[in-house]
Amino acid sequence: VGGLRSQASQGNYPIPAGTRDILPEEMRELRQLSSALLETFQRFGYGEVSTPTMEYEDVLVQGDERAAGASYRLFDEHGQVLALRSDMTIPIARLAATRFADAEPPLRFCYLSHAYRAVRPQRGQQREFLQAGIELIGADAPDGTVEVLEVLTAALDAGGLPRARVGLGHAGMFTALLQEMGVPPADGRPVLEALSRHDLVELEQRVAALGLDERRRRTLATLPQLRGGAEVIERAIEVGGDDVRAPISRLAEVSGRLGERGIAERVIFDLGLVRDLGYYTGAIFEVYDPALGHVIGGGGRYDGLLARFGHPLPACGFALYVERMHVAQAEEDRARAEGRT
Amino acid sequence: MSEPLRLAVSRGALFGETLDLLERIGVDTAVLRSDSRSLMFPGGEVTVVTMRPGDVPTYVEAGAVDLGITGKDVLMEQHERVVYELLDLGYGRCRMVVATRAGSRFADDLERRLGAVRIATKYPRVAARWFEQSGRQAEVIEVKGSVELAPLSGLADGIVDLTATGRTLEENDLEVREVIAECTARLVANRVAHKMRHDAIDRIVKRIGNGAA
Repeated sequence: VGGLRSQASQGNYPIPAGTRDILPEEMRELRQLSSALLETFQRFGYGEVSTPTMEYEDVLVQGDERAAGASYRLFDEHGQVLALRSDMTIPIARLAATRFADAEPPLRFCYLSHAYRAVRPQRGQQREFLQAGIELIGADAPDGTVEVLEVLTAALDAGGLPRARVGLGHAGMFTALLQEMGVPPADGRPVLEALSRHDLVELEQRVAALGLDERRRRTLATLPQLRGGAEVIERAIEVGGDDVRAPISRLAEVSGRLGERGIAERVIFDLGLVRDLGYYTGAIFEVYDPALGHVIGGGGRYDGLLARFGHPLPACGFALYVERMHVAQAEEDRARAEGRT
Repeated sequence: MSEPLRLAVSRGALFGETLDLLERIGVDTAVLRSDSRSLMFPGGEVTVVTMRPGDVPTYVEAGAVDLGITGKDVLMEQHERVVYELLDLGYGRCRMVVATRAGSRFADDLERRLGAVRIATKYPRVAARWFEQSGRQAEVIEVKGSVELAPLSGLADGIVDLTATGRTLEENDLEVREVIAECTARLVANRVAHKMRHDAIDRIVKRIGNGAA
């Protein structure tokens, strides 16, 4: 029945920009994709949970100052501020800290849930979007990180995206590197800001203004451009020497373990990777498929988050954007049909 | 052989020098230089796609092209677009400035008396940010054509615009009051392509880096 148009369907009864109705044909495929993802998570021992769509804003802010970027707030009948969740990481951290306070870690949870964020116009962004993901709580790096990466690559295969890759970086690496070089935090901030805007031209200008020697300057300018296989870590040490060794050691540990799990070729090490949520502390991920120009998922380690809910445990997880994965599937099919893969 | 990288090139002030740059790194630009009406120019290593300067970030962000060349002014105006800015190509150098009628204290007086200045510009977001950052209030008026007309006709008290030599400003009796930024041509990359095709992109970046002025 898709494609049927009448006067009434042409805008007299609009729905908010960035939301959508899903009709049977698309729904069937989305359901299939969602089930394949959940089955994969469960096969690895992750139990599905569900949390309220809206939470007290105070509680979300406990996890992240910006409530992980929550955009929609309302008052309940007592005047309390409620926020629509913008991701599942903080709600599950809250759930783990309260409902599983006495449980023996590690805890393994998965979810298939809608989340809500503001959209910028004309970008195909969704105000309401479906996320499928896992949270591994109480397993430290590098073991926990490697397990999460293994589940992630299995999920991408189950989702029909064997060409998809995971970008892997480290949230604190650049900060640690600046510290290692004795750059005062105030001077380092503009450098970090340029990095988070992906502006490598400004980064180089800011680095030049720090008054470091030639090698250190080159290290700071080159490192964010290094991405590729495990050789990237060698290359970073080659460029930066002792300054780099400690900041990069956590990534190097993960690198060594990926081969054992047979997923080394699914991971792109990326020393310039940054994510904009405040709670990440260690490894960070972004998920890409060559058929799509947008990121289809992300995640990382947030070893400090559970402590903010009074239950200090290391943790790691990821979320896949189910609708974008579906678009990537369709694009992959088209690329195959056109013989481009 | 993998697919060629797609490179968006602005037709506009930067076009000529961009073609010179492409030629220096071994891209055949003969068809591009002919007055072909085509928009896409397939090549072995690079497929060139031509478009208006302001569209480059849109195509790059969406991944419709892997790389793009456009001015820093365009990137500043569309700063919320997520693209990787890889190289300063050095050409197309000009300044983003605030200019008012020459010799007048007009804008200062107005700011004192009315609490705000009216600024005409093709860069409404750059202008708004600049005045906001410097703690002043401005009423920003977006215009599409010759910005110099706005203060002459009384539409605005001043303008925010690009100037290379300053001649157009001078001819219209305008003078530079503040410099917001130095702008040059930049090479930008799509976020996914930057990772998935890192080898091919790094090869091009290296060659452009060696060939750039």
